[in-house]
Amino acid sequence: MKDKTTISDTASSRPVPAARGGRPRRRKLTFDRVTFFLAFLGLPVAIFVIFVLYPFAQAIFWAMTNWRGFSPDYDFIGLDNFVKMFQDDVFLKALRNVALLAAFVPLVTLTLALGVAVAITLGGPSKGPVRGIKGASFYRIVSFFPYVVPAIIVGLIWAQMYDPNAGLVNGILSGLGLDGFKEFAWLGEQATAMPALMFVIVWGLVGFYAVLFIAAIKGVPAELYEAARIDGAGRFRMTISVTLPAIRDSVQTAYIYLGIAALDAFVYVQAMLPGGGPNNSTLTISQRLFNVAFAKQQFGLATAMGVVLAVVTLVFAALVFAVNRLTGGGESEGRKEARGLKARRAVAKGGAQ
Amino acid sequence: MSVIAADRKQARDQKRASDQKLTKAVAGSDRRFAVIAHGLLILWSVIVILPMLWVLVSSFKTTKEILSSPFALPKHWQFDNYSRAWSDASIGKYFLNSVIVVVCALVLVMLLGAMCAYVLARFQFPGRRLIYYVMLAGLTFPVFLAIVPLFFQLQNFGLLNTRPGLILTYVAFALPFTMFFLYAFFRSLPHDVYEAALIDGAGDWRAFFQVMLPMARPGMAAVAIFNFLGLWNQFLLPVALNTDQDKWVLTQGMAAYASSQAYGIDYGALFAAIVVTVVPVLIVYVIFQRRIAGSVSQGTFR
Repeated sequence: MKDKTTISDTASSRPVPAARGGRPRRRKLTFDRVTFFLAFLGLPVAIFVIFVLYPFAQAIFWAMTNWRGFSPDYDFIGLDNFVKMFQDDVFLKALRNVALLAAFVPLVTLTLALGVAVAITLGGPSKGPVRGIKGASFYRIVSFFPYVVPAIIVGLIWAQMYDPNAGLVNGILSGLGLDGFKEFAWLGEQATAMPALMFVIVWGLVGFYAVLFIAAIKGVPAELYEAARIDGAGRFRMTISVTLPAIRDSVQTAYIYLGIAALDAFVYVQAMLPGGGPNNSTLTISQRLFNVAFAKQQFGLATAMGVVLAVVTLVFAALVFAVNRLTGGGESEGRKEARGLKARRAVAKGGAQ
Repeated sequence: MSVIAADRKQARDQKRASDQKLTKAVAGSDRRFAVIAHGLLILWSVIVILPMLWVLVSSFKTTKEILSSPFALPKHWQFDNYSRAWSDASIGKYFLNSVIVVVCALVLVMLLGAMCAYVLARFQFPGRRLIYYVMLAGLTFPVFLAIVPLFFQLQNFGLLNTRPGLILTYVAFALPFTMFFLYAFFRSLPHDVYEAALIDGAGDWRAFFQVMLPMARPGMAAVAIFNFLGLWNQFLLPVALNTDQDKWVLTQGMAAYASSQAYGIDYGALFAAIVVTVVPVLIVYVIFQRRIAGSVSQGTFR
């Protein structure tokens, strides 16, 4: 991703080398320029500060108060909200639930999305250059469908699919002779509610990431595949040794975005399990926060939960970065060079034959 | 040119040679790969399409038929499910609300995002990097952290439960994404056209609106599509900040309708309501899908 930007940067600045990164400041501050800056920078930044940045900052302060919203009085209570939260079994359960979501949803979604993307781009006929599979655009369009459907509707559709009596899931399973699933309440049993929820989130998100990875895979230089082919690698080997390392940074970015989505999951749980699921087994922090804030009016406590959610998100992102680094990822200069060298060597080797 | 042609020929020859060298084992494993690939894609397509198809068929069944068998086709196609959904769920009203809010927010965020990205990408001034990174942070923080203060912020401005309030919040939260995407785009635009405009006497304003913005059109289209999907599907912000039932957007209306149907009163109408909500966007998607695939690949430029 990064090197592509640099390529286009240098390409655009080639005609005017001095122009890179903005024009040299040679003009005086005219009326035109002042109004221009005020409108172009001032307006967007003001909206961002008022509606995004300031609320975030306020949240951190309110998290340390016992404010209940509609009266102006509040006491500063330090970390009491956090202490209270971590003594609250329901909140701890919610924390555990979102940890499960963050652990499984990105992993499963990305595995499936990568599978779909690789199948579409590399599954073509094995003679000649690596080509896409037959019907590639059909598969691409279909797998993107769920992303176009609003998440709330995805939840509602699957709430009906999981219906114990009239749902299609039990209909198919009992139709296959699995009578145990007749009237099985997927969302009503503690053992299945969470996996069922995870499946729905995965269903809704795979398509988007598959399309993202298709684009990334198409950006992999063709000579890398040529080189691998000349070295006698089959499609499996190419996927593991060429494709995956090449799109590694896209995967990292996707992992973080998916983690943020999974830690939230509010829309899906509100649509399918608004009450928190059997024995709170699918209650999320976001749901708990929403109820504590807007039903119980404990705004201080609610914002404190928001702070915990933000911290969990940051820890998750840091973990993804760390894992990618430790396993040899991250676009270091050495790696890029090595990759380029490998490609050149491969081409040279091919030329010699 | 001729060098390239020679190169190509050489490459072709190599390929032919390598294809011949391809051992039987590799060819066999490639066939297996193709079979697995096809299998996986067909399976996933079925998993995607089946629920949607089922919803579509069920939307024409009576509630009794829906409850008795998930498979059977409707005996008589019940089109009045749709009219009931339209009137009971007030889909028309919510649809209109959604259109108004999303279109206004989309136009505003594209304009403001482009302006902001342009200035950050093209001008040197103190604080440029600070603004850039603060916006980046805004992209990664969960909306839930801000939701309670945001509620009171809007209340203080008298914007709670109003359309302008909801539109402004949509704009604010879509701004970082828009800015980043277009930032990369504006950086990649050639500089000499801009210089030419200045020499011709255009000021900063005209240079942007008449020269730079039109050049950024492909990037704008890509971001606009994603912003549209994101805003159209938005749920948390309206649920928390837009509680006046007359101003509900479609996602809110559907959630409320579904929970009012929780005791299984009118399944047919519920399915019909889902179909009505999904189909327009699905049609737009199928028409623009090529562009969407293209814009995702531009998105990876960041």
